[in-house]
Amino acid sequence: MELLAFVVFGLAALVSAIVVVAHRSPIHSTLSLVVTLVSTAALFLMLGSPFLAALQVLLYTGAILVLFLFVIMLLNVQRERTGAAARSPFQTWSALIAAFVLAGAVCRLLWDAHGEAVLAPLTEDFVALRNTASLLFRDYLLPFEMVGLLLLVAVVVASWVARRGGADSEEESR
Amino acid sequence: MSPETLAALAKMGLWLAFLINVAPIMLWVERRAPAFMQDRLGPNRVGPLGFFQGIADAAKFIFKEDIEPATADRGLYLLAPVLALVPCLTTYLVIPFGPDIEVAGRTMASVVIDSDSGIFVFLALASLGVYSLVLAGWASNNKWSLIGAIRASAQMISYELALTLAVVAALVPAGSLHLGRVVDYQIGERLFGFLPAWGVLVQPIGFLVFLVAMFAETNRLPFDLPEAESELVAGYHTEYGSIRFALFFMGEYMAMAVLSALAATLYFGGWSLPGVDLMQLPGVLPALVGFVILTVKVAIFMFLFVWVRWTFPRFRYDQLMRLGWKVLLPLALANLVYVAALAVGGKL
Repeated sequence: MELLAFVVFGLAALVSAIVVVAHRSPIHSTLSLVVTLVSTAALFLMLGSPFLAALQVLLYTGAILVLFLFVIMLLNVQRERTGAAARSPFQTWSALIAAFVLAGAVCRLLWDAHGEAVLAPLTEDFVALRNTASLLFRDYLLPFEMVGLLLLVAVVVASWVARRGGADSEEESR
Repeated sequence: MSPETLAALAKMGLWLAFLINVAPIMLWVERRAPAFMQDRLGPNRVGPLGFFQGIADAAKFIFKEDIEPATADRGLYLLAPVLALVPCLTTYLVIPFGPDIEVAGRTMASVVIDSDSGIFVFLALASLGVYSLVLAGWASNNKWSLIGAIRASAQMISYELALTLAVVAALVPAGSLHLGRVVDYQIGERLFGFLPAWGVLVQPIGFLVFLVAMFAETNRLPFDLPEAESELVAGYHTEYGSIRFALFFMGEYMAMAVLSALAATLYFGGWSLPGVDLMQLPGVLPALVGFVILTVKVAIFMFLFVWVRWTFPRFRYDQLMRLGWKVLLPLALANLVYVAALAVGGKL
């Protein structure tokens, strides 16, 4: 039963991930990404961490991808749909290199897991909510807060850039 | 089948029996109540007091011709109404409806998923509700639908923040994400020695923020801008008819019912009544009576939804955004700080 669920969600995640890259319509790509993320959330659930699964659905599919959809719907998607938006060779090559690096890292991890160095197994205790919380807010408090600050800086800069670029149109709309 | 599976199925059956009946009953209430508010009678021909109007309407929806726009994105167009039911048919799983009961020698929690991350599961599944609106609007290939969809996505994202912050503050006194523990806290504690420690008394501002955000999340007036019939024909469901429209309709009422149940759980003591000890009852009765008490509280909220709908006019879109970001969000944050200060100061 558990194996069946793993196979179903694993396959769903893989297939939809391929669709994300391969599909011509941005809306369908985004929706496939939703399927990918929900399937991975299901895998998290099977690993015994409902908290992580819920967080993934809440943040990624519930908030971030809705914003993606929002932006795509606001833009004129007809042009991209016909495939006129060509990819530059630089994009292709950097994507290929990144993919190889990632594949290498995953292979290395798998190798380690089956070789001498044994990765620490996930325990019920480790994924429990209380322990996750104390890890975040006690052991790694400073890095956690710094990530928050980093995100804040990113938001401020992004809104500044948007404001500067759209200064004229904003004047008009007032 | 194992006893655990059977128990889970029984509990889900109880909830489903409740949720399936929400839409037809609310359909009747939504017509009769405003009729009396406006000094007229409303539908009173089908059954006693017109109570079977809901059944007549359901039959009408089922037998109506199902028209599909030729330019629609067919797959997504058919998927959207089904998605409308997903959040409301999953989120009830984590809402407790009674004390732990003893059945055949083993203790059983009166909640389907007895998990420490309960409220997170609720919020995560509820956040998927926006997809049905957005996809319906986009796939219909109609400008009114699209505007409705864009409004829906912006509105629901904006008010989700305030809603979530209010929920976080409501969890602080109990110190748990498990909704059962939140109810236990409200039963166990007393304010000033005599008042029940209901969330609404501990943090009235938090409840107010939750209430307003709840109306916005369910797209009810005065926040029904995604459908705004006087501006957008019918918004995101303009191109839907027959049973597909009925699915959106049912989804809206079920979402209202489930969110009302959450509001009752967080702010009004959930399945409990002050001064009533359900544990005195034998067998599975504590859970059943708890469910009835919760249902009554939900019914009061549902009436509030109808009452507000027929009392207030619709917001303008910029007013809606201003209220969400400049009023509700700071209020929710201030409430969180206030509750956290009370908790740290040992006053809770």
